[in-house]
Amino acid sequence: MRPRKTTVIVHVIAWLIALAWIIPFLGVFMASIRPYSEIVSGWWNLEKFNLTLENFLKVWNHKNYPLSKGFINSFIIAVPSTIIPILVGTLAAYSFARFRFPTRDLLFLTIVILMSLPQQMVIIPVFLLTKKLGLWNTYGGLILLHSAFGLPWIVLFFRNFFVTLPVEIEEAAKIDGATDFQIYYKIVLPTSLPALASVAALQFTWVWNDFFFALIMLATPDRWVATQIIPALKGRYFIPWNLIAAASVLTMAVPVIVYALLQKYYVKGIVGGVIKG
Amino acid sequence: MRRNITPLLFLFPALILLITFVLYPTVATIWTSFLSWRGWRSTGFAGLDNYMEVLSRSSIINLRRSFLKGPPLGALLHNIIWVVIHVPLSMFLGLLLAVLLRRVKGGFLIKSVIFLGMVIPMVVGGILLRFIYDEHAGVVNAMLRAIGLGWMARTWTAYPDTALLALIFGSVWIWTGFCMIVYSAGLEGIPEELYEAARIDGASGFQIFRHITIPMLKPATMTNLMMTVLWDLKIFDIVYVATFGGPGRATTVLALEMYLDLFFKIPSNPGTAAAIATLLTLITLAFAIYMVRVAMVRK
Repeated sequence: MRPRKTTVIVHVIAWLIALAWIIPFLGVFMASIRPYSEIVSGWWNLEKFNLTLENFLKVWNHKNYPLSKGFINSFIIAVPSTIIPILVGTLAAYSFARFRFPTRDLLFLTIVILMSLPQQMVIIPVFLLTKKLGLWNTYGGLILLHSAFGLPWIVLFFRNFFVTLPVEIEEAAKIDGATDFQIYYKIVLPTSLPALASVAALQFTWVWNDFFFALIMLATPDRWVATQIIPALKGRYFIPWNLIAAASVLTMAVPVIVYALLQKYYVKGIVGGVIKG
Repeated sequence: MRRNITPLLFLFPALILLITFVLYPTVATIWTSFLSWRGWRSTGFAGLDNYMEVLSRSSIINLRRSFLKGPPLGALLHNIIWVVIHVPLSMFLGLLLAVLLRRVKGGFLIKSVIFLGMVIPMVVGGILLRFIYDEHAGVVNAMLRAIGLGWMARTWTAYPDTALLALIFGSVWIWTGFCMIVYSAGLEGIPEELYEAARIDGASGFQIFRHITIPMLKPATMTNLMMTVLWDLKIFDIVYVATFGGPGRATTVLALEMYLDLFFKIPSNPGTAAAIATLLTLITLAFAIYMVRVAMVRK
């Protein structure tokens, strides 16, 4: 039995840390619901407190950079950029997990290595290529880029997941005359729902949160995603904290909701791939 | 016969995407770094000229400035400083929190809050850092004033001597949640019998931690080390939003310098931008391959 006193101390320390950790979030939230004048004198001052939703309305319908448009664009890009690499990646992962073919291990290793590639390493040729193909400054170009860039970790994750599935069911189906694609589609995918949830949650969040690819691939403000709008609201000498805070709260709300709803899968996606390795 | 073609068919869409948007661009970036450019038009082979030019820039390595004087020391050194400070701090805090919060009521909730830094866009992370360090609106300065250090209050990201450190400490706040979650998963994987056996043998709490917990957490430590270093090397969004590399390049990093060469210099210089990207990739890959090899030898 531990002495009671230490337990109390540990609890106090833990909750103090939690409090310290949440202060920046609290700050940006408070700034989003108060007028500018009350923010610059400190959001923690509560003597004069005017609750307002005006900041949200203002950024949502901003005359140069409406966040409403940014949200639509972010969804238009993030949803297909989640679905495409999952479909394409699970197919490839299944191939790596179940089939034998020459160069398989070398190919797989190459894909794994690509996982640590910085975004900067591909962007110049992608910029030139998509310009040539008329895909630059379009949703389609950015969707394809995100789909391809997400593939390495998705293939790795699913390959590691598929090899843990029992092979007997698939073999039985094979004897019954099912094709490889039917087995993948009707047996393997449905039994992989938890893994699919993990990957979907993470990939969607990463694409939603991405800034660098969007910065280079989307040039006209009416196609900008939400993460591009936030820095654009910041003037050179003047920072409208009320508007930036409101835009930040709204933009981070989406991944936070995904995380809250799919927390178990989200965490599994992060530690599952890496711990077992 | 069919057996031979099926694996390829399954791989085909993935390979097309990877070759077009990842593999070919990687090779083309290397090629670009060896050419000389006038704007977006290449004018011939340049050998290592782009690399020489980049490495002799004071914005990449500031040799004229003594290290002790602090930033701006150049993007490459800033990235290294970032790794040297951020990695041990985040990993230590992550381990501490993972161990501490196991026995705390509501620990799950606290963990979720700390992990939020990993969930939000890094653009918002950068905004949050700029906000907490603001002279008037920032909570950091409010705390300094509260404990009688009001004379220190200033916008910490606006001065060359404090901006880089301010961002690095801020990035600890953002990233610690990742290390904590990985360590938590590692802790759960340690069988309870090990602890019991040690306790029966009369081991102290510290001995158990030192000789059971730490060694058993080795895979988690390797993961955290690798992911944190890679994250630090690739850092871009936070710097772009919070300081744009300033003041006076005091917070610039490699990824940002690459972006500036490409879209901020007039005319653009794809050659030097590609050289910076290639250098960044070489550092990243060298570290990643080293870590994977260490991990494989352990198995």
